[in-house]
Amino acid sequence: MNRTEVVEIVNQFLIEEFEIDPAVISEDAQFIDDLDIDSLDFVDIVVIVEKHFKFKLTAEDLSKMPDLRRFYDFITAKVNA
Amino acid sequence: MRRVVITGTGIYSTIGTNLDEVRNSLFVGKSGIGIDPFRKELGFMSPLTGIIAPPDLKQILHRKLRKGVSEQGEYAYMATLEAMAQAGVDLEYFEKNEVGILFGNDSSTTPVIDAYNKIIEKKDTSLVGAGSIFQSMNSTVSMNLSVILKLRGVNFTVSAACASGSHAIGLAHMFISQGMQDMIICGGAQEINAFSMGSFDGIGAFSKRIDQPTKAVRPFDRDRDGLVPSGGAAALIVESYESAQKRGAKILAEVLSYGFSSNGDHLSVPNVSGPQISLERALKMANLSAKDVDYVNAHATSTPVGDSNEAQAIFNVFGGKTPISSTKSMTGHEMWMGGASEIVYSILMMHNDFIAPNINFNNPDEFSAQINIIPQTIHKNLNIILSNSFGFGGTNSSLIIKKG
Repeated sequence: MNRTEVVEIVNQFLIEEFEIDPAVISEDAQFIDDLDIDSLDFVDIVVIVEKHFKFKLTAEDLSKMPDLRRFYDFITAKVNA
Repeated sequence: MRRVVITGTGIYSTIGTNLDEVRNSLFVGKSGIGIDPFRKELGFMSPLTGIIAPPDLKQILHRKLRKGVSEQGEYAYMATLEAMAQAGVDLEYFEKNEVGILFGNDSSTTPVIDAYNKIIEKKDTSLVGAGSIFQSMNSTVSMNLSVILKLRGVNFTVSAACASGSHAIGLAHMFISQGMQDMIICGGAQEINAFSMGSFDGIGAFSKRIDQPTKAVRPFDRDRDGLVPSGGAAALIVESYESAQKRGAKILAEVLSYGFSSNGDHLSVPNVSGPQISLERALKMANLSAKDVDYVNAHATSTPVGDSNEAQAIFNVFGGKTPISSTKSMTGHEMWMGGASEIVYSILMMHNDFIAPNINFNNPDEFSAQINIIPQTIHKNLNIILSNSFGFGGTNSSLIIKKG
């Protein structure tokens, strides 16, 4: 799976599952400040990532990814490892 | 003691999803009962159930606020919005004034089953998801509505089986009459999914009259053969008389008293003396005699023993003249919700001058022949009514309300 496909899947679940306005989704968007993702949402992100990409994010993983760019990069690397 | 009044009502039920629809259904004696094919697949002894269309909250409630809302919480949210609109209160009012919430609810099955299945499948609790815990608890309705509405007063759920909603209103009466709260959002909510009713079906309590779903619930009728589970939610804005006066709110009804008792007897089989004590306590607290009551909304669920015993208790207290009907003949048994919804139904009758029928009452039995059951809608001015709610474990609640 290439990065473009990962971006497409992630953006789709952010829009559909988290009802985030597509206009605020960008590579630089911050989970907390721009996407309004809170601690409970991070729990659901772990569930949805496992569903779509078949691996489990840890709290430590998430703490290293404050923005979508690093999130896309991390998932792309993980699914192609 | 301060006077306690009701200024708002809301309903989301199997006979209508707003007050107007429900008033019309009550008037014409419309049944909300049908067949659930899924229950047949699951081997239920009875596939009969109340049929309800779930609301679409996606358009009206933000995802973060929906996350913890269970099936019955969705019904409760819709009913509460309607009650708030009728009472003329909104989020701004709740921000400026301390308002509480007391809701009746006694189960939340689907989220528990979903979490169980996920844990078994994944062997990892972190993959259950964030909403599950907030949907799973009995307090899910009061928990979620208090956050959605930003309530800062008393906040808890009353779990008292099929009397939950009635006790919730009774406790609101206590809090407000004692001056501890000025306004409380009250109600009852009931999930309607098949799994929530599987174990209840398993004890053989449900009607098997599957060839005639709308005739299955026949409280007090000689040929009744069990209840039909149902659900939805009802909500009421209960406040002190002074609070309503200050707001200039229209008073729909006054809660005169809250009678209660426990049978101290059997898990599922009701008796006569427990309900009778509840009825008598309600009358005594309201300083009324039986002849002052214009109508009794019976608990009667259509079970052979329960209806007989309630008929005896009613006869012992009221004699044979007071008009009686069980709206469960139309709605089915709304269980945790019933004690609240039946107050809403009674208020609708009071303000539209009719008594809703006890449909399917064709032939009395030995005990129901002694009381005045109303089989067809009658026009009648109602000033004071009493509503009974009884539940497993022998919990009893009787509310007396007066037209505002």
